[in-house]
Amino acid sequence: MSERDLKGYWKKNLKYLGILLSIWFIVSYGFGILLAPTLNDIQIGGFKLGFWFAQQGSIYTFVILIFVYVYLMNNLDKEFNVRED
Amino acid sequence: MDVQLWTYILVGLTFAIYIGIAIWAKAASTSDFYIAGAHVSPLTNGMATAADWMSAASFLSMAGLISFMGYDGAVYLMGWTGGYVLLALLLAPYLRKFGKFTIPDFIGDRYYSNFARTIAVICAVIVSFTYVAGQMRGVGLVFSKFLEVNIDIGVLIGMAIVFFYAVLGGMKGITYTQVAQYCVLIFAFMVPAFFISFQLTGNPIPQLGFGSTLADGSGQYLLEKLDELHTELGFAAYTSGTKSMQDVFFITAALMIGTAGLPHVIVRFFTVPKVRDARISVGYALIFIAILYTTAPAIAAFAKYNLMETVNEESYTEMPEWFGTWEETALLTWVDKDDNGIITYAPGAAIEGLPDIQRNEAGEIIRGVYGEVKVNNQVTSGANELYVDRDIMVLANPEIANLPAWVAGLVAAGGLAAALSTAAGLLLVISTAVSHDLIKKQIKTDISDKSELMWARISAAGAVLVAGYFGINPPGFVAEVVAIAFGLAAASFFPAIILGIFYKKMNLQGAIAGMIAGLLFTLAYVVFFKIAFPEYNTPEYWWFGISPEGIGTLGMLLNLTVSFAVGMIFPEPPEEVQNMVEEIRYPQ
Repeated sequence: MSERDLKGYWKKNLKYLGILLSIWFIVSYGFGILLAPTLNDIQIGGFKLGFWFAQQGSIYTFVILIFVYVYLMNNLDKEFNVRED
Repeated sequence: MDVQLWTYILVGLTFAIYIGIAIWAKAASTSDFYIAGAHVSPLTNGMATAADWMSAASFLSMAGLISFMGYDGAVYLMGWTGGYVLLALLLAPYLRKFGKFTIPDFIGDRYYSNFARTIAVICAVIVSFTYVAGQMRGVGLVFSKFLEVNIDIGVLIGMAIVFFYAVLGGMKGITYTQVAQYCVLIFAFMVPAFFISFQLTGNPIPQLGFGSTLADGSGQYLLEKLDELHTELGFAAYTSGTKSMQDVFFITAALMIGTAGLPHVIVRFFTVPKVRDARISVGYALIFIAILYTTAPAIAAFAKYNLMETVNEESYTEMPEWFGTWEETALLTWVDKDDNGIITYAPGAAIEGLPDIQRNEAGEIIRGVYGEVKVNNQVTSGANELYVDRDIMVLANPEIANLPAWVAGLVAAGGLAAALSTAAGLLLVISTAVSHDLIKKQIKTDISDKSELMWARISAAGAVLVAGYFGINPPGFVAEVVAIAFGLAAASFFPAIILGIFYKKMNLQGAIAGMIAGLLFTLAYVVFFKIAFPEYNTPEYWWFGISPEGIGTLGMLLNLTVSFAVGMIFPEPPEEVQNMVEEIRYPQ
């Protein structure tokens, strides 16, 4: 494995982190807190949308984010040949 | 069979299972004792992490807290789950690759200094002890509420059980008992939730019932009705809350970052065999946690609706049986301020302090004209006549919803499972900090594995005794301090670990200065508002409107700033440390 390969692996890892953490921030702090009063004007079923993100939606999103990360990183490990046996 | 008999049966049965597992999973080496030999499967570890994480407070108090906070309850819901994203993406895989036993191990090796290691030990011990005292108290409370056992004896029984599996089995014993405890606690939490959701909305899934219409034929949405009831009585609407936006933001952030910095949670990801196991294991943990955390806000809304519908502007004599039962435990109190026999529920406290039941010389409860339990407390000048303890929302749920007796027994067993599993995880952090990071790494480095294991057991036993002492004699400010443990973890560990992984050039001086600055700043702010001058603990005196609960976020930013500023003055870390950082970034 050459030095360049590992650098590429780390760079891609950081890119994934950047994207996933942005979604993490937008959904919880954005939709659940900062934009919640605005989103509350939208009603889905019995839920006001901002309230739903704060008490339900953000938690579902967190779970999905972790599994997307696991999927991306497992592929990345294989691509750069750093996967443990 | 009555509730008490069911409680004895279910609690006895679950305790027998925990002891059985302890005997089966005896630790044979320090590696077994500290990290269960790193042989735990990701799914098992996920379940154990969930039990480790969800404490007596999550199980017994959180739904009740949310019920009285409405929207603001989101700080706990998001704060105590969002940290797992940080754990999965920023910490768990790298610390697993590092492959040692404890957090102080990482801090000590990464910052090439036993001084840094010792600071980390001190932080770990402070954070864990403040937390564990509350758990032991929780065990005592469950015993006293359900089995009418003296609270101190309840604490002693809990100590004996934890002693058994933590001292014998270490992490190995704890891991497998936590799996059993998770199953007990989640079953106990969900059964009443399904029943109540179905009763109120016709939909048994609480997450959906929460957003459904009421089954009373009105066709009105539950949350809409709840908002209406709240505004009618002069409360803020349930779905909008009362905290300022910046405070909600900062508290959520402090809890999230604190979660990711709590040593007893991080250390669980040392127990799986591979880096990719550590990643997926966090995902499993969060699924198991999310089942409870998405149900709790639904229970909160159902319970609040039930309470408001039952009590408001109804006469006391019309109250159902459970009302009287919980009055006698001082969790519910009615003071008839206007002498009309009708319960008025309004914003503000009904009485000064916690209810203190009036008793005659024979110790019998003194009752008022309507048969209500009288209290000695001074009544307030506000209109509100009802005191409701938040814990009642989970404890009394089975009775309020008229569920069979075994469900109430199950709730008791679940509360105990939640408290014991968290206590054990915390005690292990304390014992490994002493036997590994102090004795093995600093005082007696040539110690054999066998005597180190001996020391680990001795420190675990010592930690159980200290925790029990604090459970029986809780310092008055424990409740205050537990919430703050997160702020401290956020302001001390989290930045040091993150910089250790993601910034190769961060040196010893920067990290130590940052940890000390973050810790002292957070501690000073909290002590000032919570202990020294509680009369100033109002938004107008807070910095930028940030309450003491949320100040850890600012402490963390301060830690980062100080780390970078001080780090720039001093030389880069040695070559081999930089290589080590390089090393932990790649699974292989």
